[in-house]
Amino acid sequence: MTTMTLSKALNAGLRKALEDDPKVLVMGEDVGQLGGVFRVTDGLQKDFGEDRVTDTPLAESGIIGTAIGLALRGYRPVCEIQFDGFVYPAFDQIVSQLAKMHLRSLGHLTVPVTVRIPFGGGIGAVEHHSESPEALFAHIAGLRVVACGTPADAYTMIRQSVACDDPVVFFEPKRRYWDKAEVDTDAELAAAHPLDAARTVVDGTDVTVLCYGPMVRTCVESAVAARADGRSVEVIDLRTLSPLDTGTIFASVRRTGRCVVVHEAPVTGGLGGEIAARVTEQCFYHLESPVLRVGGFSTPYPPSRLEEHYLPDLDRVLDAVDRTFAY
Amino acid sequence: MAVDAGGAVTAPGSPAGLDGQPGSRTETIQLLTPEGERVQHPDYPLELTTDEIKGLYTDLVLVRRIDTEAIALQRQGELGIWASLLGQEAAQVGSGRALGPADVAFPTYREHGVAWCRGLDPTRLLELFRGVSHAGWDPAEHRFHLYTIVIGSQTLHATGYAMGIQRDGAVGEDGEAAIVYFGDGATSQGDVNEAFIWASVFNAPVVFFCQNNQWAISEPLERQSRIPLYQRANGFGFPGIRVDGNDVFACLAVTRKAMQAAREGQGPTLIEAFTYRMGAHTTTDDPTRYRLASELEAWKLKDPIERVKAYLVRSGGADAAFFEAVDTQAEQLGRRIRQACLQMPDPQPLAIFENVYAGPNALLDEEREQYAAYLDSFAAEAAR
Repeated sequence: MTTMTLSKALNAGLRKALEDDPKVLVMGEDVGQLGGVFRVTDGLQKDFGEDRVTDTPLAESGIIGTAIGLALRGYRPVCEIQFDGFVYPAFDQIVSQLAKMHLRSLGHLTVPVTVRIPFGGGIGAVEHHSESPEALFAHIAGLRVVACGTPADAYTMIRQSVACDDPVVFFEPKRRYWDKAEVDTDAELAAAHPLDAARTVVDGTDVTVLCYGPMVRTCVESAVAARADGRSVEVIDLRTLSPLDTGTIFASVRRTGRCVVVHEAPVTGGLGGEIAARVTEQCFYHLESPVLRVGGFSTPYPPSRLEEHYLPDLDRVLDAVDRTFAY
Repeated sequence: MAVDAGGAVTAPGSPAGLDGQPGSRTETIQLLTPEGERVQHPDYPLELTTDEIKGLYTDLVLVRRIDTEAIALQRQGELGIWASLLGQEAAQVGSGRALGPADVAFPTYREHGVAWCRGLDPTRLLELFRGVSHAGWDPAEHRFHLYTIVIGSQTLHATGYAMGIQRDGAVGEDGEAAIVYFGDGATSQGDVNEAFIWASVFNAPVVFFCQNNQWAISEPLERQSRIPLYQRANGFGFPGIRVDGNDVFACLAVTRKAMQAAREGQGPTLIEAFTYRMGAHTTTDDPTRYRLASELEAWKLKDPIERVKAYLVRSGGADAAFFEAVDTQAEQLGRRIRQACLQMPDPQPLAIFENVYAGPNALLDEEREQYAAYLDSFAAEAAR
């Protein structure tokens, strides 16, 4: 076990992936000598060379489009999109090409491209640097969408994503890059928690709180605070946003009878709505209250001086937990 | 103001040689005139045996026959749509026959002639246009990638693939290269311009083959560019060449040279094959709404097949029996395609769920099971 930051865990995971498979490539803007604006790729170019860790021209569609071509040649590119709000120029290549190539070829082609996107707010950034576009990708068949919330998951999930034969959109909680925790870098990947499975991070009996990415820490802290009030909150880190691990979700909600979904993304059209619908369909007779959603407002991400009002925090999660007991 | 390759300045309102008219400063590589006269070009020496020329002629005729049959099938309701290559046969056969066995071609949705040269059975193309699959052939088998419908997207795929060739160390004397096809309209796409940048800065072994057929559905070339398209390569830092796209010899020679340069590590080339879309954009299009019949008549005089025939006749390389034999072969091919199309089975309903993911997906499995049960419920009802 080694204590490391989430950013360092991703770096270690990428390093391991590069070591394990000579076909793995890292590409993106400033990922080389600089090591990425968040230093996630720090030192990789020095050790693996410019052919494997490549600084690209500044055009996101070009990054994903050429990564698809490299994948067609047998490579496993890991693309860094520098910030969430910069992914849209690549949206066409991701949605119309990357997601559909396997299907269009009737299974002849696989395009194992990992698209890393630092996402979410809370770092006092300017516009376009704090967004949560995960629902846009979870809506697209052919993509797997995951989000890591802890250093340990960051280390294994990035390696699993790189090894996955399907394209994976990999969301990294940028404001948790500097969170530290223990990571077992010796653990076998085959024995790791599966990429398409959620994980219960706090056991509880009264209400199920579902979250992912940066909201995992917020929700765990909410569960601790709720315990002082005599409420037993179960927290599930969804980890996989497409496909959703509905088995884990339903089993928990059937036990607790209450469900709150928490994400930074706007509630309107967000994953919370999809989860609420599925929980209602499958757990209807177990529910003591409607499924509640806590998330961003139906507004663009605000200027950073206002972001504390926009982002769900411990109190807003607890408020929703309380409301599930009001029915 | 515009500055051309030679540094000459052109005043606004007279785009240099966009129309390819005599007197413009653009040079178009031509090795066979519309009248069927062989001309030499110092940079593009081309030695072809009579059999090779007959082979090219046969390709051109067969490819046009595929096109004719597919249009007929669409008119009879057997295909949902067809994108005709009429008029572009020489550009496709010339470039397609320039490829080596290790090269890979990335097509748009109109490269039926290139598909033919790569050995793909034309009936596989019909799957897409009939609605049986979105493409479905194995690109590795003929080193011919899937048709791409979104304009220009494949230029980035070819460039990335070429970067993979570099990483595999497959550049050099026996090297490999990629060729990517696109049209004049695509040159306005960001992806195409990004592909030019990537290919240039990484010196990727890729040839950009632009079939300038003068029309992007209803929009003339003037709506895409004020300079000849091949000159754009200058700004990106690699060579651009215009070739007579209706001259199969010139397309072959120019593409061969560009591919060899790419294979040897000299980087990308942009080839602008100056041609004409003699048919509609697709079978749903009506070109009489936006272009003059006289334009088509003028281009008919530059037909890519007639000039090869004229050359073969004039040079005594082929007799009437040869041309008859090719026509017979074309008729047989037409019949075979028709039959294959009519016999093509529809996919089973649950095929919708297949190949969405390479790995398992529990939610999709659940949907498949539910829909299968739903379908079965009708069968059970019918059996009652």
